[in-house]
Amino acid sequence: MNAQRRVLVVASGGGHWVQLCRLRPAWDGCQVTYVTTEPGYEAEVFADAAARGQPVPKFQVILDANRWQKLRLLRSLLQLLVIVFRSRPHIVISTGAAPGYFALRLGRLFGARTAWVDSIANAEELSLSGRKVGPHAHLWLTQWEDLAKPGGPHYRGAVL
Amino acid sequence: MIFLTLGTQEPFDRLVRAVDDWCAVTGRGTDLFGQITERAGYRPKHFEWVASLPPALHRQRCSEAEFIVSHAGMGSIITAMTYGKPIVILPRRADLKEHRNDHQQATARRLGGRPGLLVAQTESDLPPLLDRLVAGEAASDASALSPFADQSLIDALTAFIHGGHR
Repeated sequence: MNAQRRVLVVASGGGHWVQLCRLRPAWDGCQVTYVTTEPGYEAEVFADAAARGQPVPKFQVILDANRWQKLRLLRSLLQLLVIVFRSRPHIVISTGAAPGYFALRLGRLFGARTAWVDSIANAEELSLSGRKVGPHAHLWLTQWEDLAKPGGPHYRGAVL
Repeated sequence: MIFLTLGTQEPFDRLVRAVDDWCAVTGRGTDLFGQITERAGYRPKHFEWVASLPPALHRQRCSEAEFIVSHAGMGSIITAMTYGKPIVILPRRADLKEHRNDHQQATARRLGGRPGLLVAQTESDLPPLLDRLVAGEAASDASALSPFADQSLIDALTAFIHGGHR
């Protein structure tokens, strides 16, 4: 593993976050920055890293916003811009939703390789963010085999 | 203790009311704790509740619960499975403005039937399912899930992260 690899992992609070946490071993050994909308997750992030002998991660909180809250969306976009600019990630990974979409677009703008894992909640059609972000993600995954298509999203397994 | 949780999203009065009605009939309200969101319209009369819980306390409630009652949200479902707790879910409906689309119906269709995961299609399905869970019926089905995703998914992401840089 390359300890210098800088990885930004992004998920809004709730189900998206719970799924992101189930992917944690994927970025073991990396310099990780977690970004979410719920400050209360901070303790578990550090506890997990310590328990599994991982480098101490960074933890950043941004504003929660959905697609109808335009002003909040703009503010969370600016917060993510600052985070991406400062952390200069090699890799950006998200399980959704709106903040993950922004993070992938911004990350790519700054030269990162980007991965989207669509939520397992989207069992019969891809999420809106997932459909929009797909063409901008280097790795575009669904957690349902029957939603996979040759040009993406691809299926590599699920969080459950 | 039974734990009713709606996650961090929208209120879900239809579920809260159904659980409250069940408590009124069965007298189980003294053994039930609810987290019903900030904008809940219906205030339960038969059990103790809060609007929201910090994540650590939410996890503690899940880990201590006999079983969990929730919407068909992945946060609640995965957390219940992680602690090996049976969970009964009532999917939110877009036509009742309980969610912006019907993906919870899809979640319930696709995940329902997994061990320890019971689906109430409507609020009238709920009381018999709650009775079955109180009787301990699904307890032996629910076994704690591994804390991490499918190895194939983790491997795909690891390869992506280190691609060309190992």
